[in-house]
Amino acid sequence: MTSTREQSRTDIHADTPVETQAEVPPQVTPAAPRVRKRRRPVTAYWRVVGTIAWKDLRAEMRSRELINSMALFTAMVVMVFSLALELDAQARRSVVTGVLWVAIVFAGMLGLSRSLAAEKDRGSLDALLLAPIDRSALFFGKVIGNLLFVLVVAAVLLVLLTIMFDMALMKPLLLLVVLLGSVGFTTVGTLLASMSVHARARETLLPILLLPVVLPLLLSAIRASSAILEDLPTVEWRSNLELLVIADVIFLVGAYALFDFVVEE
Amino acid sequence: MIEIRNLNKIFGVNPVLRSLDLDVARGEFLALFGPNGSGKSTLLRILAALARPTSGTVRIGGWELPAEAAHVRAQLGVVSHLPLLYETLTAEENLLFFARLYDLPVAERADRVRAMLDRVGLARRAGDVVRTFSRGMQQRLAIARAILHDPAILLLDEPYTGLDQDAAALLDELLREVALAGRTAVMTTHDLRRGHQLASRIAILSRGKIAYDASTDAVSSEALPTLYADVTGAVTNR
Repeated sequence: MTSTREQSRTDIHADTPVETQAEVPPQVTPAAPRVRKRRRPVTAYWRVVGTIAWKDLRAEMRSRELINSMALFTAMVVMVFSLALELDAQARRSVVTGVLWVAIVFAGMLGLSRSLAAEKDRGSLDALLLAPIDRSALFFGKVIGNLLFVLVVAAVLLVLLTIMFDMALMKPLLLLVVLLGSVGFTTVGTLLASMSVHARARETLLPILLLPVVLPLLLSAIRASSAILEDLPTVEWRSNLELLVIADVIFLVGAYALFDFVVEE
Repeated sequence: MIEIRNLNKIFGVNPVLRSLDLDVARGEFLALFGPNGSGKSTLLRILAALARPTSGTVRIGGWELPAEAAHVRAQLGVVSHLPLLYETLTAEENLLFFARLYDLPVAERADRVRAMLDRVGLARRAGDVVRTFSRGMQQRLAIARAILHDPAILLLDEPYTGLDQDAAALLDELLREVALAGRTAVMTTHDLRRGHQLASRIAILSRGKIAYDASTDAVSSEALPTLYADVTGAVTNR
């Protein structure tokens, strides 16, 4: 019984009926050689991750839909805060990290929602899910693409805040906090965007799902950023930095385990 | 090639597929008809491993779904009413992207992509972004994407939706080539005449069950609309 089944599995391409082959007119015979049967049904994991991330970047470089809207949104946020709050130097120092992270989170949500919605609406999400690849590779490819967009926005934001708030924000430790916070936010954001993309009210559903989940990460990022900007001793920000690392690991492992269930109907 | 036994799919409290049994032999072209909501697309999504059955067994080429879905997906090509392409990438970039996902040998990729573009009549537009293509051209490229990895089975979900007469005729020609190349195909469509012309077997799905199943020789193209109306209780003028 088992051998019959195994035989049927391996013969999947060798099944063309003889009479059907005989009917093939010369002009319709495939011009290209038939693809050889491969031993591995699943492609090399990291090559797939890179391929998907590269596709997202390439498509975005051509359309600039996400980056433009995210960058414009962050510019507006910085403008509104800097004009609405006529602050002295001390007050600016105390609110700048809040402005930084609020802008990253809301611009990020804008990008995450549109990134997955575009895949869903064009049907290309199905095309990705149809490929014989590990679905977690698809997930990490999307995460890397989204992370790069968020980091571009964060870079724009840091430059704008440096100019508008007249503060030195380009500190290596602050950049590390931005990176760690963005990794966690993008990971869980991509997972929840994949879940909410099937809903009609996906634009409103994503913030409702995402903000409570990333709140601890956001608070740690804001506290660590403030302490670093105020040049406080290591002991003041180290625990928050560790919390960011722990949150990133939890989100990455959790998303890896859950993505397959999230995308399947 | 495809074996479905006692398949049930329930969305919430709504049963969409009910104790469905179906076999599709190798090299067979099955046209699946049925009114809206009869479960055609759901059945195809289960076969494509995009949806999980509530109960029942589905085997494709000996592999069982959903447990061995990765193996099954490598053998499938899917054409939908949506092109499943990236509008901001060129035709060539789209096919190269999917060639990488399907792990086609590096040395063969470029040649294979060019051959596919040539086969669907888009070689001259290889470098143009897909959003500049007409619906018919996008659908031809979608077929090239679906057969790029030389799948043994093609699943076609309303592939004629939105196509004009010329584009539909071109799609007819491509699907005939696909059928003659010995692939197994399952196509859902509302176009009874076209489905009858292309397929070697027809089935009518009604209320989540196969209500009629026979070779195309068993019923004429002219008699099919009446049969369809009788089986589904629908009024049709096709």
